[in-house]
Amino acid sequence: MKRRTLPFIALAAAGVLALSACASGGTGGTPEETTAAPEPEPTFAAGSTMAALAEAGTITIGTKFDQPLFGLKGPSGDPEGFDVEIGKIIASELGIDEDGINWKESVSANREPFIKSGEVDLVVATYTINDKRKLDVSFAGPYFLAGQSILVLADNEDIESEDDLVGQPVCSVTGSTPAANLATLGAVPVLTETYSNCLEPLRSGAVVAVSTDNVILAGLAAQNAGEFKVVGEPFTEEPYGIGVKLEDTDFRMWINDVLEEIYADGRYEEAWNKTAGAELPFIDPPAVDRY
Amino acid sequence: MSGASVLFDAPGPKARRLSLILSIVALVLIIAGAVWVVLTLAAPRESGGITLPGMFDGTRWNIFTDPEVWTFILEGVVATLQAAALAAVGAIALGIVLSLLRSSRIAWVRMPTAVVIEFFRGMPVLLMMLFILLVASTGAFWAVVIALILYNGTLIGEILRAGLVALPRGQREAALSVGMREFQSKMLVEFPRRSGRCCRSSSRSSWCC
Amino acid sequence: MEQLWSLMPTFWEGFRVTLLLLVVAGVLSLILGTVIAAMRISPVGALRGFAAVWTEVARNTPLTLVFIFTAFVLPMLGVRLPYIVLAFVALTYYTSPFVAEALRSGINGVPVGQAEAARSIGLGFGQTVSLVVLPQAFRMTIPPLINVFIALTKNTSVAGGFFVVELFATTRQLANDNGNIVMEILITAAVLYLVITVPLGFLAGQLERRWVVKR
Repeated sequence: MKRRTLPFIALAAAGVLALSACASGGTGGTPEETTAAPEPEPTFAAGSTMAALAEAGTITIGTKFDQPLFGLKGPSGDPEGFDVEIGKIIASELGIDEDGINWKESVSANREPFIKSGEVDLVVATYTINDKRKLDVSFAGPYFLAGQSILVLADNEDIESEDDLVGQPVCSVTGSTPAANLATLGAVPVLTETYSNCLEPLRSGAVVAVSTDNVILAGLAAQNAGEFKVVGEPFTEEPYGIGVKLEDTDFRMWINDVLEEIYADGRYEEAWNKTAGAELPFIDPPAVDRY
Repeated sequence: MSGASVLFDAPGPKARRLSLILSIVALVLIIAGAVWVVLTLAAPRESGGITLPGMFDGTRWNIFTDPEVWTFILEGVVATLQAAALAAVGAIALGIVLSLLRSSRIAWVRMPTAVVIEFFRGMPVLLMMLFILLVASTGAFWAVVIALILYNGTLIGEILRAGLVALPRGQREAALSVGMREFQSKMLVEFPRRSGRCCRSSSRSSWCC
Repeated sequence: MEQLWSLMPTFWEGFRVTLLLLVVAGVLSLILGTVIAAMRISPVGALRGFAAVWTEVARNTPLTLVFIFTAFVLPMLGVRLPYIVLAFVALTYYTSPFVAEALRSGINGVPVGQAEAARSIGLGFGQTVSLVVLPQAFRMTIPPLINVFIALTKNTSVAGGFFVVELFATTRQLANDNGNIVMEILITAAVLYLVITVPLGFLAGQLERRWVVKR
């Protein structure tokens, strides 16, 4: 009889676990102090995206869950970082407070599909503006100007600029724009899942450098004090923008308005200091591009 | 050939002694190797001009004193178990359905099912997960679960079908001759007879029928 | 469509690396698996124990964990090999117990009488195994072995996360750069994997049907 009941017990246990999976919804995040308090009763033109979102009281924002300083899902369950703060500010301008924000993970490859399908209302996820992407989505901002740079061991004197990388193995992340740039440059891309995986090959000498956006590199260098250094000037321009639907010019212009407002009134700097500012110096925001 | 001892004579005293010496030497070598690995990892390393602490240094392990880290890990474990449980239940269900469809007598049911099964068996699970994540709007957890269900469902379907094929034909013929329909014969006679089948595909032990 | 066609050279590069991983790891794991299977049935107790432990441990370690060990821990111990060689090591280590088990089940399928007859005419262990048992085990071993290689083809995708740019990593890179044709890129990658696995599966089916042992 024991042999008979064991499979049933196993199935029952599996069923219970499965049911609890269906029952548990999103992760509960502990409420944090926010830089933005919701505006009381903002009014928008009828029929615009802003009105619809303010009416609904919730907004779905796509962001990264694995980028330190910009969008990193912490143990609390919600993502934290500079992109996240910008998203919260935009939501608060719509009258939606933090709990009304639905965070969705946008990996690099699914940002355009998510925007086009309406899966997310906007994407703020270290999203570089380029002409190719402007055919599918439209961008508000840029709200930050990053650039691809190089990280080497602190005692490395050979690598000074991106020209020294040609023909050399350089580490980056699979499916990222910096990795594609490395291939175009003539370096040998060595790819992995996350940036922190790149540090071991750098230590062991399997790669001569790690290359990605300078803010990420600075974060890595700061986390490993004294071991690495960022060299050279950024050799690409990566303007980060906020992605919205291609036809939604009103929404885009409204977000641009909000961005210009927070550049001026200090909320931008406050958001920076609260997140990326812990590791990196404050950089003046670039002018928004109203195209 | 069950007893491997059929292949060689029972070892005599000299062979036994040799065997013992070999075992001891092998054990010593393995332990020495393990000790070397531990010592090498524990030694501090030079990197970028500064010295990093060894692998077993306290500073590398003190994140585990933070209870939030443990909560995070626990959530991950629970999510893994949930995904596995859902995928297991779904895969078994899908496997049964697929094996029934695949061994159907009707050609236009059998052929498309065969194509679908071959398609899902041939793709890496990671690619399937990526596909679902990028193309369907289900989120990461469900992308993983659905991909696992599709992949393992087809695997289980094939194993079940192989078992069905290996069943003596008389079972099915007897069921049909008693008046059962095709489907009844499958569910009442063939599957139960086969559910004790071993997972090793070409094992011929006698107690599995 | 034009855009997809222009990506073909990149796809081909990734496909080439996947094939390389499959062939080299396949051959190495065949050799290692045969050795382990031979050790499993050998007269020396230590070898039998070692092979049993190896099989259990290697089979139950997740492949990702094996890759983490070879790609990160081995360099820490001073091993300075290119990442693709470390990938060969990881895949061979992971696949060898499955090969050994496939061989063992084939060997177990040979009737005991064959080995007894071989012993009774005075053949030693090596001769019995190589002249009598293995040739007969061969026909029972091939279909499961082919299944092991199909699984190996799919497992090469894990190498993509560990510094080896094979087909899966290539797919992710291309999907990121060409956000407008993501579905087409993924389907192309799926087709390329199927180009390897479907013929293998077909071959296994054919061989199984031809060599099925009627009892």
